[in-house]
Amino acid sequence: MTEQLRVLIAKPGLDGHDRGAKVIARALRDAGMEVIYTGLRQTPEMIVEAALQEDVDGVGLSILSGAHMTLVPRVLEGLQQMGLDHVKVFVGGIIPTEDQRALEDMGVAGIFGPGANTEVVSTFIRDQLTES
Amino acid sequence: MDLVTETLDGSRYALARLISLVENGNSGARSALAALYAHTGHAHLVGITGPPGSGKSTLVNALAKKLRQQDVTVGIIGVDPTSPFTGGALLGDRVRMRDLAGDPGVFIRSMATRGSLGGLAQATNDVVKVLDAAGFDVVIIETVGAGQSEVEIARTAHTTVVLEAPGMGDEVQALKAGLMEIADILVVNKADRPGAARTARALEMVIDRHAPADRNGWQPPILQTVALDGTGVPEVLNAIAEHRDHLRATGLLAKRERLRVEAELLNVLQRRLLDQLISEVGEEQMAAWVDRIVARETDVYTAARALCES
Repeated sequence: MTEQLRVLIAKPGLDGHDRGAKVIARALRDAGMEVIYTGLRQTPEMIVEAALQEDVDGVGLSILSGAHMTLVPRVLEGLQQMGLDHVKVFVGGIIPTEDQRALEDMGVAGIFGPGANTEVVSTFIRDQLTES
Repeated sequence: MDLVTETLDGSRYALARLISLVENGNSGARSALAALYAHTGHAHLVGITGPPGSGKSTLVNALAKKLRQQDVTVGIIGVDPTSPFTGGALLGDRVRMRDLAGDPGVFIRSMATRGSLGGLAQATNDVVKVLDAAGFDVVIIETVGAGQSEVEIARTAHTTVVLEAPGMGDEVQALKAGLMEIADILVVNKADRPGAARTARALEMVIDRHAPADRNGWQPPILQTVALDGTGVPEVLNAIAEHRDHLRATGLLAKRERLRVEAELLNVLQRRLLDQLISEVGEEQMAAWVDRIVARETDVYTAARALCES
């Protein structure tokens, strides 16, 4: 059997808007990936732990609360501490342009805003996860 | 150090990688399983099955939480279906298991069925072995949302808990063969909803009629729970412990283990022989036989005989 791509989709922080996370989870499922969906109000620690246990290739974070500059670095650091440097991190939500650059500099592999085409997103993620 | 040694030494990262290796079924998987096997056989394997939405994941969460209070370590495998069209899957069992986060005595792994139809994935048995060898006292296996005939779990688990929720069918549904018959423990979850007592009564009928001889006198209890707030969960845990003791005391554990190993060996042999035969015959030849059968020049039985004798 060929290696199956596994992706964790999580919503860190306190906002309760999970529509975007669900749409992306569904799109990645339809693109043939195994999507582990963790639901709302996850702490960065919970996300890192789930990424470890599930041995995923990528983590998608959906953040609409504006707390991305706090939450994303904590997930990235956590992954690094656990030796999960190979896990790619993607962020979806409302991220201002100046923050996008900062997040990418920290190592985020892709950022998607509202209105992103799901097919484009899933193709981008697949390419990112298979190139390494 | 290799993944097996690291897993046995308690590395959760190695454990996660090893599960993937086993799940993907590469050649490395077989040698890893061979190295692990001597370390298995200690965990009590508990299967949780029932229809979609009956509360399986929520009950697993509640059971694991209680077990942790007793200092029992818990490995959890949650199985969800793979799409037959895309090969993708949405694995959502963790959503209901958030109480277990941050506890090193718990390890949760989601698995997709990857084409298997019996309620588990083909590699579930092997993943159970990995968690068993890693030292978890109890391994809970949650099946896909089961309908009537996803009964594979009964062969994998020592104790099978079948979950029902009120209002999911009348007595005739309960009387049908299959899922109900494999229950060592029956649980009516969402017991705070109307109709719970009626559902429990309908299940009572099934139990009385079956009085299964292969259980050495075990009468499956019918329990009621509200998994969401923990009501009735200690009783389920007690029943699981009683069943385990019963299995041990009556020698049923050894008997079931033997049957399971026999079935597993046949299964592995079957796959191996089939792979061997197909690689000897070659894909072209196989396709040619299929064409001939489609054209009604021959039939499947004649073709199979010819292929086996070639």
